[in-house]
Amino acid sequence: MEMINVKINGMDIAVPEGSTVLQAAHTAGIDIPTLCYLKDINAIGACRICVVEVKGARSLVASCVYPVNEGMEIFTNTPKVLESRKKTLELILSAHERKCLSCVRAGSCELKQLAYDLGVEDEGYYDGENIDYELDLSAAHMVRDNNKCILCRRCVAVCSHNQGVGVIGANERGFSTHISSAFELGLGETSCISCGQCIAVCPVGALTEKDNTDDVLNAIADQDKYVIVQTAPAVRAALGEEFGYPIGTNVEGKMVAALRRIGFKGVFDTNFAADLTIMEEATELVERVTNGGKLPMITSCSPGWIKYCEHYFPDMTENLSTCKSPMQMFGAAAKTYYAEKLGLDSKKMVVVAVMPCTAKKFEIGRDDENAAGVPDVDISITTRELARLIKRLGINFANLPDEKFDEPFGISTGAAIIFGATGGVMEAALRTAVKMITGNDAGNIDFTDVRGIEGIKEASYKVGELDVKVAVASGTANAARLLKKVQSGEADYTFIEIMGCPGGCVNGGGQPQQPAKIRNFEDIRTIRAKALYDQDASSEIRLSHENPAIKAIYDEYFEKPGSHKAHEILHTSYIKRGL
Amino acid sequence: MGSTISSIPFAGTSEQEEQLLEVIEQNRDDKGCLMPILQQAQDIYGYLPIEVQKIIAAKTGYPLEKIYGIVTFYSQFSLNPKGKYKISVCLGTACYVKGAGEISDKVKERLGIKNGQCTPDGKFSLEDCRCIGACGLAPVMMINDEVYGKLTVDSIDGILAKYKD
Repeated sequence: MEMINVKINGMDIAVPEGSTVLQAAHTAGIDIPTLCYLKDINAIGACRICVVEVKGARSLVASCVYPVNEGMEIFTNTPKVLESRKKTLELILSAHERKCLSCVRAGSCELKQLAYDLGVEDEGYYDGENIDYELDLSAAHMVRDNNKCILCRRCVAVCSHNQGVGVIGANERGFSTHISSAFELGLGETSCISCGQCIAVCPVGALTEKDNTDDVLNAIADQDKYVIVQTAPAVRAALGEEFGYPIGTNVEGKMVAALRRIGFKGVFDTNFAADLTIMEEATELVERVTNGGKLPMITSCSPGWIKYCEHYFPDMTENLSTCKSPMQMFGAAAKTYYAEKLGLDSKKMVVVAVMPCTAKKFEIGRDDENAAGVPDVDISITTRELARLIKRLGINFANLPDEKFDEPFGISTGAAIIFGATGGVMEAALRTAVKMITGNDAGNIDFTDVRGIEGIKEASYKVGELDVKVAVASGTANAARLLKKVQSGEADYTFIEIMGCPGGCVNGGGQPQQPAKIRNFEDIRTIRAKALYDQDASSEIRLSHENPAIKAIYDEYFEKPGSHKAHEILHTSYIKRGL
Repeated sequence: MGSTISSIPFAGTSEQEEQLLEVIEQNRDDKGCLMPILQQAQDIYGYLPIEVQKIIAAKTGYPLEKIYGIVTFYSQFSLNPKGKYKISVCLGTACYVKGAGEISDKVKERLGIKNGQCTPDGKFSLEDCRCIGACGLAPVMMINDEVYGKLTVDSIDGILAKYKD
């Protein structure tokens, strides 16, 4: 790589050609503050917080988009620069509803942090008339509050570029500019897929999930209810971030201990249901391949992806596996098999799910997700909401012991834990499909070709006599690219894994928000995923079909994978929504 | 902020739709095709209701919100049809100092619409304008091609009453 010599605040430094001033300064140990810029998502140089002086330039330049060139002299900390940043920030603050004490982002607001870092003295200096926006509560999963929006457009960028959805954008102009949907429709009336990536990138409290923590506490307080909880694999890889642990710390043991202290009667692992999903999905795949069923078969674990498919590729819903997502399978099995086992009325059972996902809040209300005649899952909260609950109840997370999940739904495998990363479901399914097709386990069960954060991954394997071509996509814009290849006949895959969020669930819309100053220089997807792959590698059992609790549930209840009973309880159907 | 879908039923004809599809066909492969398509669509229909924007979205592949964002950014585009009687209240400097603001408010109040909108019966549409060159008669307004000058708030009812049909 060609290196370029620049001077930053008088210091000589060499940086790769094509670097921006922001990146060059980072190399020199100086983090220029940013607001609208978010690596790989939004680079429009609009907010003017990251300005610096460049010798010879007419005016201050936006460092996030300004490329370095040979001999450039950059000044990041002159009075002119600092004054400009502060004034810009004060102007932004004047149009921001500063109800900071009651804001859900009080502890993680990037705007508040900037005001502190840049030394704003009077946040109301430029206050004037503001438009009073109504909250948008129309979507099942989130709340939009334009009074807090600072028009950074990170949400707009992630929605249209990374997710290929584009249901939000800037409407009107000048002082009336606001982020909204076409014809000011509520988000719930659009083809929003509920992925929550907009929430994950919002620097302030303008975009938040619908908070269901009170519903959880009320259910637990109700003596008539039997409240159990399940946690998705990706939650344990990120929850610690809310309590000061480094990104990528696996806090499974403390998470289980905390859930027990919240008061759940059973603390279970969605991973169990992930193993169940693999049994059903691998069986479905083998059946489709041998009986000439619809191929490629596409995974159905990600409700954001499912909704995307229903809106944007309605002709391909037959390609979706009919398997419910692991969360829904868990709820369905809990309210049938487990309720019967306990001798409990399924109507009295409340299943709470802790998910890295906001689309799960939409998914629990879908049709055909009620195996016992009541919703399979009652309440779905995000990783962030769990952290909020733990804090509100005064649970001292750091000092908790490591505890184990309850049985029987706490037993799971390494195959299940990797569901939380892009490629994980594919790898887990391949491990079991090889056994189902050939009768033997694969020699090497690490299918590393499908790992990693690339948007689209492809591989082909010889399984027995079969050539199995697979593809993995994450982020729905990548999914669209992949599916167009399938539709045009350019590609003929057997099996496709698609996750709605870029990088899979570890980067889900319900995960702890990391600020731009972290995301611009570290890939949180890779670091969180490593925690899951490490747990897989050290698991005693790494194949779903070897999970003893899975064997037991088939012996005692479902007979065999793909049985009539399994179809009744563990499978679902889809809607061709269109746009 | 409520929905901005016009309450006046869409009355586009199949001829208009044919013209629109042709315009889209001619432009859609160009980068930046939305501006010319929207301009011509407004020429065809007189305004850009959701029905028209949805056709453009479906045929170009651009999200509806992107199209709506452009339409609401530029003041040349309208989401509302023009009424049978187009009212323009002049808010130019001379008229303004002579009380055109109150005239405009009175018209809005009488018709129950905001600037840029059309009454639900399709009869009146209202658009503020800047100087029509009749400053000597300030404050003035136009209804179609008719100019009304030296207006007072009390004269509005009588003028509107002339447009019964």
